[in-house]
Order: sequence, then C-alpha cells, then structure tokens
Amino acid sequence: MKILVPVKRVVDYNVKVRVKSDASDVDLANVKMSMNPFDEIAVEEAVRLKEGGIATEVVVISAGVANCQETLRTAMAIGADRGILIQTDVELQPLAVAKLLKAVCEKEQPQIVLCGKQAIDDDANQTGQMLAGLMNWPQATFASKIVVAGQQATVTREIDGGLETIEVPLPAVLTADLRLNEPRYATLPNIMKAKKKPLETTNPAALGVDVTPRLKTVKVTEPPKRTAGIKVADAADLVMKLKTEAKVI
Amino acid sequence: MAILVIAEHDNTSIKAATLNTVTAATRIGGEIHLLLAGCACAAAAAAAARVAGVSKVLVADAAHYADQSPENLAALVVANASSYGHILAPATTSGKNFMPRVAALLDVAQISEISAVESADTFVRPIYAGNVVATIKSTDPIKVVTVRGTAFEAAGEDGSAAIESLSAGPDLGLSKLSGRELTKSERPELTAAKVIVSGGRGMGSGESFHKLLEPLADKLGAALGASRAAVDAGFVPNDYQVGQTGKIVAPQLYIAVGISGAIQHLAGMKDSKIIVAINKDAEAPIFQVADYGLVGDLFEVLPALLAELG
Ligand SMILES: Cc1cc2nc3c(=O)[nH]c(=O)nc-3n(C[C@H](O)[C@H](O)[C@H](O)COP(=O)(O)OP(=O)(O)OC[C@H]3O[C@@H](n4cnc5c(N)ncnc54)[C@H](O)[C@@H]3O)c2cc1C
Ligand SMILES: Nc1ncnc2c1ncn2[C@@H]1O[C@H](COP(=O)(O)O)[C@@H](O)[C@H]1O
Repeated sequence: MKILVPVKRVVDYNVKVRVKSDASDVDLANVKMSMNPFDEIAVEEAVRLKEGGIATEVVVISAGVANCQETLRTAMAIGADRGILIQTDVELQPLAVAKLLKAVCEKEQPQIVLCGKQAIDDDANQTGQMLAGLMNWPQATFASKIVVAGQQATVTREIDGGLETIEVPLPAVLTADLRLNEPRYATLPNIMKAKKKPLETTNPAALGVDVTPRLKTVKVTEPPKRTAGIKVADAADLVMKLKTEAKVI
Repeated sequence: MAILVIAEHDNTSIKAATLNTVTAATRIGGEIHLLLAGCACAAAAAAAARVAGVSKVLVADAAHYADQSPENLAALVVANASSYGHILAPATTSGKNFMPRVAALLDVAQISEISAVESADTFVRPIYAGNVVATIKSTDPIKVVTVRGTAFEAAGEDGSAAIESLSAGPDLGLSKLSGRELTKSERPELTAAKVIVSGGRGMGSGESFHKLLEPLADKLGAALGASRAAVDAGFVPNDYQVGQTGKIVAPQLYIAVGISGAIQHLAGMKDSKIIVAINKDAEAPIFQVADYGLVGDLFEVLPALLAELG
C-alpha cells in the first residue's frame, strides 16, 4: 500500500510574523521556515504505518518554491521513501494545490493521502477535503487515531462535541490533527540517508494544472493590540475589581 | 442573487453557530435561504424557520443524512447551488469538513473563517494564528464561505420563513459512522459562554481541574476550557481546547489559570472582553494580554478565590 503525504513549507510556528509597511503582504524576509506541524504528524503516522507492515511506500510531495526541497528532505529524514517537488513561484491557494495533488494521485495511485488538517500560515483547512472531493473519494478529517486493516481505515476524529469514529473504504483522504502522534526527531544518520533518497521535480504545467489564484489579497494588517492591564494583589482584590470595575461578575 | 446558508443542527434544534452565520449573510445583502439536511428533522426545520432574516428553509429529510457525512452533504449542496451567489456555513468542525468539498466540486475557492464582510465579494479573515488580518477579494462566480461565530452576533429567533422540502440526493455510501463519544456537560457551550474558566499545564492533573476549576466554573456559571497542553496531558477531553486549532471564543470574562499564553492559545481567546490570568511566573506572556493579572501559585489562589466568591 502506497501512502502519499503532502507537506507544506511554512513560517515556523514560533515566529510572530509582521506585515510589510505597504500592507501588501506579510514580511517573509529572513524568517525561519519549517514543515507545517500537522504535516510532520502526517509523515510520522505514514512512517509508523510502514514500520507496522501496513504501508509499503511513503511518498512526500510539496508544491511551491525550490526551497520546498528542504521540507521534503526533512520528511525523508523522518522516514519517507521518496519526494516529489512541484516547483512554482506562483502563490498557491488550496484549490490549486488540491488539483496538483489530484494529478499526482492519478499517476501514483496511492491508497491513502494523509494531509495535515491545516496549514498554520493561511489557516485554510481546505486542501485535503478539496482533494477528496475532486477524486470522489471518502474523507476522514481531523484524525486523532488511524487504524488501517485491509481495504478500510477506521478513523477517530476530533469534533466540536468530542470524538467520533468513522469507517472509510480506501482509497481515501485523511487529515492529521495534533493528537494523532508525537513526531520523532530525525537522527543525524537518517538526515544523511535522506540526502540520497530520490527526489523528483515537476511543475504545474507538466501536470496540466492551471494554478492561477482565485482569491486576491487586497491588504493585510495587524489586529489591534491588547495592552497589558494591571496586576492585582490577591484573590480578594481580583474579585473586588471584577465586580466593581470590570462589572463582569 | 440569493444566499444559501447551510444549517448546523442535531435534527431537533439548530446549533447556535447557524444564527451567527445568518447574521454574516445579512451583511452581504440579499434573500437568505437555509438548507437543512437531516433525518426526521422536522423539529430542527421548524426552529430554522424562526431564524430572523431567513425567507425560506429547504429541508432534505432522508435516512442517509442522519450522520451528516461530508460526502453526502456536499453532494446535496452542490446539486442545489446554481441559483446562489454565496454559500455560507459556520466554521465549526462540521462546516470545516464539508464546505471545502463543496467548493472543490463547484471549482471555486473557499474563503475560510471570515471575521467581517466588506462587500459581496470582499471578506476579512485572520491568518497566521490571528497575528495578521487579511482582506480577501474573490473572483469566483459562487462564493463559498465559512464564518467565525464569535465575530457576528446571533440572529434573532422571531422570524417565520416558509419551509419547502427538497429532494434528497443519492446516498454515496462513502463513509460509515461507527461511534460518537460526546462530552456531556451541564455547563454552557464554550463558544457561546459569557464566562470561561480555562486551565493549562499548570493545573498538573485532571484531578485538580475537577477539584479546583469545576467549582469555580460552577460559581460563575462558566464554561470550562483548556490549553492544548492540558488536553494532550489527558486532564480534560479534546473538545475543551481553545486556540488556533481548537475553539475560538470571545466571552465577557476569560480566566486563564496555569496557561503560559502561547500565540496558538491567544489566537483562540484574545477577543474576550476581560481577560484574567493566574500564573506563578510573572514573565508569562499571558500577562501581556490580561486586563487583570494575579501572580501566584494556583493551588493557593484558586481556593482563596472560591472563598471570596462565597
Ligand atoms: C500547530 C500548533 C497548533 C497549536 N494549537 C494550539 C491550540 O489550539 N490551543 C493551545 O492552547 N495551544 C496550541 N498549541 C500549543 C501551544 O504552542 C502551547 O504549547 C500550549 O498552548 C501551552 O499550553 P500551556 O500554556 O498550558 O502550557 P505551558 O506553556 O507549559 O504553560 C504552563 C504555565 O503554567 C504555569 N504554572 C505552572 N504551575 C503553576 C502553578 N502551580 N500556579 C500557577 N501557574 C503555574 C507556568 O508558569 C506556565 O506559564 C499549538 C501548537 C502548535 C505547534
Ligand atoms: N503547497 C503545498 N504543498 C504540499 N502540501 C500542501 C500545500 N498546501 C497545503 N498542503 C497540504 O494541505 C494541508 C492543509 O492545508 P490548508 O488547506 O492550506 O490549510 C497541509 O497540512 C498539507 O498537508
């Protein structure tokens, strides 16, 4: 069984981004970039499925600028077998990514596509669901547990009210939530090994996909800042202020 | 063109988030229709017909909508989409699940989790965990949009829309629900609560949530929330999580106890009216957004607080 894991290169989750002075975009100059945390979890899960004898091959894909190669190498250091870079300098929106992934799925014929639930830059939470729709496959999003047996995946999903478990026949698109697993740290020998793993490069035109953005960013701004208030002395002081000053209790 | 809002419901009542989504639709302007897919959902349809601002409720009642699988729901929405300029749903785990599928099948982009409507084709949405706010213009013929509930007030419930039945789409049979474990609670729902008491890793155990935070929540009529660290540690269930990838809340009063204030947590609660932080580390980033900060050991502060509240 082949598992495809799409991995996105994003601003590291520890970085607090700033907007450019002309409000056209966020300022990404000299900002630390990393693999989207949810995608790291997805790669880890796919590698565990391989180590558990269920998957035979884990293929990672990234769409974007040439530097996405680094993200693919990181994923291969975790244990993915090979990488595909869909190289373009065009700003990619989720629908375009889903179409690129569809083109790759048609070629690679995976049984599972395991996405992250959300990219932490655009916070879109769309791509996996869109791919499932385009492929007419079932989807099991926000997974906190995945059990694959035969031609079926049983997935526990995190929903607003708690948890639900669904069964989906394969092929299917699954998306990883935070509590699916804790990704391992790549060891130095595995980082070295990853450098020698195959990495194929293609592009949107070669895949026959029009990636022209449908959404235009008019402007970006920083939200109004909250300012620090006051320190209270103790519980009595707090209750008094909440009652008489803030009037919220 | 009219606006189609997809109702979230449990077959007997309408989820509050639907009311906020209808308000977002009124900001766009135009006739508003609610689509409700369910099984034996007449009571929910009657509730939907009372939502102010809605002119028509379209009800698809069939066994294969009982679980609201995203595959069946998306197919139904797509089959009924052509006469609408906008399709809206709440940015809940349900809306986030089926709406991108709708967008892809219509070959249009989705605009996720809007916090304001600028015009019929231009919307405002937070990105980068709420550290940046983007204004986005769509060039697509149909705008598929999910709505952040806390950014729009709830629509009234004194309307009287017509109810029409809609023929069900096919059962695609792509997925099967085998179980739901819903957290049972007498407390208010997090996303609609006026007061929230939230605990972090500093709570140390589920036991202290139970012994110290629950009584506080009970005294204040509050909902209980948590940081990711508290959920990961198993102190409380996953649906307590507030933040970038959990619930977005905006109560009148948010009390953060033993929470450091990582940007991913702030993303979910920084629109609260009054924020109180209780933390033993005076340098914790949560104090930078707190209106009232109390530096101290929560195991001493919470009992004192309970005593003060009487
Ligand atoms: C992709 C991604 C998404 C995320 N999404 C979310 C999200 O949605 N929500 C979320 O909350 N987090 C999220 N996180 C995690 C986030 O980065 C933080 O790790 C998390 O919020 C920390 O939780 P915490 O504040 O409870 O724990 P900590 O950061 O460990 O803080 C514990 C605090 O408790 C205080 N404390 C300890 N003991 C006591 C005591 N006895 N009395 C008083 N104070 C005490 C400490 O001083 C400290 O400030 C996400 C992370 C990633 C990478
Ligand atoms: N440019 C990309 N390259 C590879 N995978 C991507 C890309 N964009 C999104 N994805 C995948 O889709 C998931 C959801 O992204 P989004 O819909 O942008 O929130 C991510 O976690 C990735 O798994």
